[in-house]
Amino acid sequence: MRLIRLENPPTILGSAAVGSKKEFEGPLGADLDLHDETGTFGMDTWEKSESEMQRIVLNLALAKAKCETAELDAIFAGDLLNQCVGSAYGLLSFGKPFFGLYGACSTFAEAAILGSMLVSAGYFHKVATVSSSHFCSAERQFRFPLEYGGQRTPTAQWTATAAGSFILGKEGEGPYITEVMAGRIIDGGIKDANNMGAAMAPAAIDTLLAYFEESGNSPDTFDRILTGDLGREGVLITLELMKREGYDLTRVYNDCGLLLFGGKSQDVHCGGSGCGCSASVISGHIMKRFHSGEFHDVLYLATGALMNADSTKQGSSIPGIAHLVHISSHK
Amino acid sequence: MNKKAYGEYVKARMPKSPLLKDCAFAFLVGGLICSLAESLLHLYLYWKIPEETAKTLVPVTLVFVSALLTGLGVFDDIAKFAGAGTLVPITGFANAVAAPAIENKSEGLIMGVGAKMFTIAGPVIVYGTLCSVVYGVIYWIVGLF
Repeated sequence: MRLIRLENPPTILGSAAVGSKKEFEGPLGADLDLHDETGTFGMDTWEKSESEMQRIVLNLALAKAKCETAELDAIFAGDLLNQCVGSAYGLLSFGKPFFGLYGACSTFAEAAILGSMLVSAGYFHKVATVSSSHFCSAERQFRFPLEYGGQRTPTAQWTATAAGSFILGKEGEGPYITEVMAGRIIDGGIKDANNMGAAMAPAAIDTLLAYFEESGNSPDTFDRILTGDLGREGVLITLELMKREGYDLTRVYNDCGLLLFGGKSQDVHCGGSGCGCSASVISGHIMKRFHSGEFHDVLYLATGALMNADSTKQGSSIPGIAHLVHISSHK
Repeated sequence: MNKKAYGEYVKARMPKSPLLKDCAFAFLVGGLICSLAESLLHLYLYWKIPEETAKTLVPVTLVFVSALLTGLGVFDDIAKFAGAGTLVPITGFANAVAAPAIENKSEGLIMGVGAKMFTIAGPVIVYGTLCSVVYGVIYWIVGLF
């Protein structure tokens, strides 16, 4: 069994989402707790901006959860930068036990899985999960300098400048994290770093099929099934291949990367991506719908592409991973 | 579905770059840049600058303008539409040097700007020099007969 039903489902006591101008101008702009027009968050390098974003988002989540920093037992966090420096510097000032995680763009769900399991097991009472991505720091690490004059392919995606955070607690009124399933590393053999959706879709399908089989739930159980950042191409592949397996997801399925940005006018090609993409959509947009009573059950599958800039140059294929978190308004 | 079948499935359904549109823009913008260079040459000659010097001044001007537009953050917006039109002329080379220089100043003048300035343009210099050596050897051999 890969599926874990949490014995004492932890409550999401509070959550927060931040972004930059582009995310604010997108369809979910109103769901951000804070945005920075310049994307610098007052810092002089992009890496420091990303760290500052993490510091801000965790402070906001703590405030919304009415939780003091002193009450936190641990922080689970990660980002896309080499050696996760975005999290290390951003969360330094909190002085809390820290688990630095790397799951590429799946990090937010990875953090939620580990955090909720440890709270459910009773080792921790309150934990925080944080993840972020910054367009400018990701571009310079994975692609080209910002001012370089190149053209993107139609399947390329746009790294979101955003961050999200959950505060998970043992007691509370919900929404709860009731089920979790860690993803497996799945290699679909895709080598095109400009088609991450296609590279990650097999991992999303693998986790989804395992979940439906082991849980006995059908897609209709959920208000939404959301992948992290498959983008338009990955979404269409997932929909079609899941249909071939006998699961029609058309009614409930969407992707955080597609939700975050507004189609052609924002020029993001296939949609948003990055650790902060699904983290901010889930922590902002989705959690607000839980609180308004619109959503009761959401299946969140954060997808990650497990490569680096050199592995693709060396011709290695891009394996993907998809971690699953079931958020529910009832235990 | 195995890797091969999946790869073929993905390739078949993947949206393609709009080749015709890209070529048209590249032709127009590239042509415009070349016409501009030609006009510059005529302007310099009109100003009574010796022909040898004028022919050096033209690329110098283009490099200067490209680097300036890169610094102002405009070059990449033009290049997004122009593609090969701005990339192939000397303008693309200037941008490829100026962009990483600006980007990496956060790591300092030595390890940032100095070390990273030629990460994109480096291969062009290396293989450009190599090609000119090969061309020179061929030119020399042909000259023997």
